[in-house]
Amino acid sequence: MQKIWLIIQREYLTRVKKKSFIVMTILGPVLLAALMIVPIWLSMNSNEMKTVAVIDQTGIFFEKFKDTDNIRFHYLVSDVNAAKDNFRKSGDYALLVIPKTEVALPTNAILYSEGQVNLNVKSYIDRVMTKQLEDMKLQARLNDLRQGSDTPVNVDDILRSIKTTVDVSTMKIDEKGNEEKSYTEVSMVAGIFAGILIYMFIFMFGSQVMRGVIEEKTSRIVEVIISSVKPFQLMMGKVIGVALVGLTQFLLWVVLTFVIITAVVTPMTAAKNIKAPATEQVSGQPNALDPAAATALIQKQAPQDGVNEVFDAISSINFPVMLGSFLFFFLFGYLLYAAFFAAIGGAVDSEADTQQFMMPITVPLLLSMVLSQFILQDPTGPVAFWLSIIPFTSPVVMMMRIPFGVPYWELALSMVLLILGFIGATWMAAKIYRTGILMYGKKVGYRELWKWLKY
Amino acid sequence: MELLSAVNISKQYAAHKALDRVTIRIPDNSIFGLLGPNGAGKTTFIRIINQIIAPDEGEIFFNGKPLTPDDIARIGYLPEERGLYKKMNVGEQAIYLARLKGLSKAEAEKRLRFWFSNFEIMGWWNRKVEELSKGMQQKVQFIVTILHEPRLLIFDEPFSGFDPINVNLLKEEILNLKKNGATIIFSTHNMASVEELCDHIALINHSRTILDGNVREIKKRFKTNTFEIRYNSFDGDLKTFLPPDFELTGTETEGELRTATIRLPKGSTPNDLLNRLIPYISVHGLNEIIPSMNDIFIRTVTEESPTDTIHAN
Repeated sequence: MQKIWLIIQREYLTRVKKKSFIVMTILGPVLLAALMIVPIWLSMNSNEMKTVAVIDQTGIFFEKFKDTDNIRFHYLVSDVNAAKDNFRKSGDYALLVIPKTEVALPTNAILYSEGQVNLNVKSYIDRVMTKQLEDMKLQARLNDLRQGSDTPVNVDDILRSIKTTVDVSTMKIDEKGNEEKSYTEVSMVAGIFAGILIYMFIFMFGSQVMRGVIEEKTSRIVEVIISSVKPFQLMMGKVIGVALVGLTQFLLWVVLTFVIITAVVTPMTAAKNIKAPATEQVSGQPNALDPAAATALIQKQAPQDGVNEVFDAISSINFPVMLGSFLFFFLFGYLLYAAFFAAIGGAVDSEADTQQFMMPITVPLLLSMVLSQFILQDPTGPVAFWLSIIPFTSPVVMMMRIPFGVPYWELALSMVLLILGFIGATWMAAKIYRTGILMYGKKVGYRELWKWLKY
Repeated sequence: MELLSAVNISKQYAAHKALDRVTIRIPDNSIFGLLGPNGAGKTTFIRIINQIIAPDEGEIFFNGKPLTPDDIARIGYLPEERGLYKKMNVGEQAIYLARLKGLSKAEAEKRLRFWFSNFEIMGWWNRKVEELSKGMQQKVQFIVTILHEPRLLIFDEPFSGFDPINVNLLKEEILNLKKNGATIIFSTHNMASVEELCDHIALINHSRTILDGNVREIKKRFKTNTFEIRYNSFDGDLKTFLPPDFELTGTETEGELRTATIRLPKGSTPNDLLNRLIPYISVHGLNEIIPSMNDIFIRTVTEESPTDTIHAN
């Protein structure tokens, strides 16, 4: 155990100290941040005037949607179906329907449009609705207080109790007037992004394991080392050491990307907020009873307004689940493939000979990427389901599905199968590896590998 | 007393039998030569001792007890196919390899500093391995192999890649190690160094031991009762003075003197030869021809019939 720890240490430290690792660690977040900031910046700066028709069946939001620099609202009193039929002719950008609810406050709205809804429009609607609902709840609480309850006022409690999440779902209306649920942009982007990231990490760090094994073989140090440790310890030490390098890189990327985005986006949105003061007016409901408490409340709420739209929109995804599963699928997806990469490294004499064995590992990963469009369009269909259950494709495909919501049993099944797949793969790889590392100058084929499995 | 005995070791690789019931006993505190042509099974045998691979059959005893994974710390192995991580510093790497053998970091560093100054290579400590010549790397590898002061050392072709000066340095160190109590298994094709260093040998061919025992005994056994006699130039045929069962295998003229090689029949002594020849020639010298390990190796391997094993002790 102590020896495997020594190996892990060496594998980790030699890689983390490399120039290429440091360059990647800095360059990655810059690219990622650019990838995220540019589309937001573009959508925020589109000056085209958009008109949104509103059917408010609840009556709560009447006159609450104020026009901004590039969004204009007008209220319709017609039937929803009629409005949808007329939508194409009306020339409106989108149709917002807030259905009537019986008991609770309305927290759902549907936004119909022809194409993808601009993120700016959606988040503005979201914000106005949230604000209005929270104000109503706050008003109700303050009325309760006015009724003379003796309990001391705890500002935090009140804030927590009025916290509201609004769900604005988007629907596409096609030329014939039919509607289909449009996958929300953010889920799709998050899905494809997580999928690509896992795909990239598996290849990047898997081939690092393979190159490491080949290096030990060609430099002929391998026999020196396995006279001190078991071949399995050497293999697992390398696999785990490289996994830690991957995790380190990933965490640094997350932190640095976050820092860059906050640094760039905050001033951007701050400028935007000054241009559109309409949002501030929504919250401006004076409170006669307890001016001090009210001011405190409003002040506490103010920063929430400032939270930029990007994070607002992204927060519709279940982040703990997303991050947790990402780490899980990254780690075990990598472990599954790293075992194969290590076996290949052990079987060949040089990197040039790896080609013939790379195919079986590349195909399932490539397949997951090729089918990504299909999976994202139908994230609960049979193709997506099976590919997200089978261990070889599940790391990438499951990550694409998770932003759209996956039942827990499917997630659990996929995870268990991936762990089993990893154990099986490691067992097989260890057998090929321990024979391969001692073979020099011999071209091996699949038939040979099959024999080694049985030694 | 034997430090290591391998009893009836067999190892099968798919269609190829690498070792076939090989039994080798290695006396404590000796230098043991493990000989054999390429592909005979030496490396497989060494790997089995190092527990890199497991034998299909047979048992290995180390110091009287069955070999266990803990014994790895008591064995030092310098493989034939050897190398170092090219991108790592020499000192850092040597410490790493020593720690894998179970030394603490501080102890490894202390011993390494001793050996590095002993071999006058202290200046390489912070150099990358790729900057070193092959011979320099070999020195580092040698140090790493013996650093944990193992009781059993296994050197597979230790002298390849060394210049004659360093070969001597290494031979001295190997003899020193023996003096300090270590047992050494020495595998090589260089028969001169076998003769110089080894106390015992085993010769493996076609996966089996075909010859083993004390070097002096083996040489004695392989003597053919052949003598070399030097005498004054003489015009006649030496054969005419010899009985028919005395076989003249060669003559050579060197200035005034001639040399003849004569193989005597069983039971005859060099005195018989002299008695025959002294009346006719003036003898300047007489030597018994002792076969070299090289001759013995070639003879045994080429003549080997797979069933019988020559055993001498």
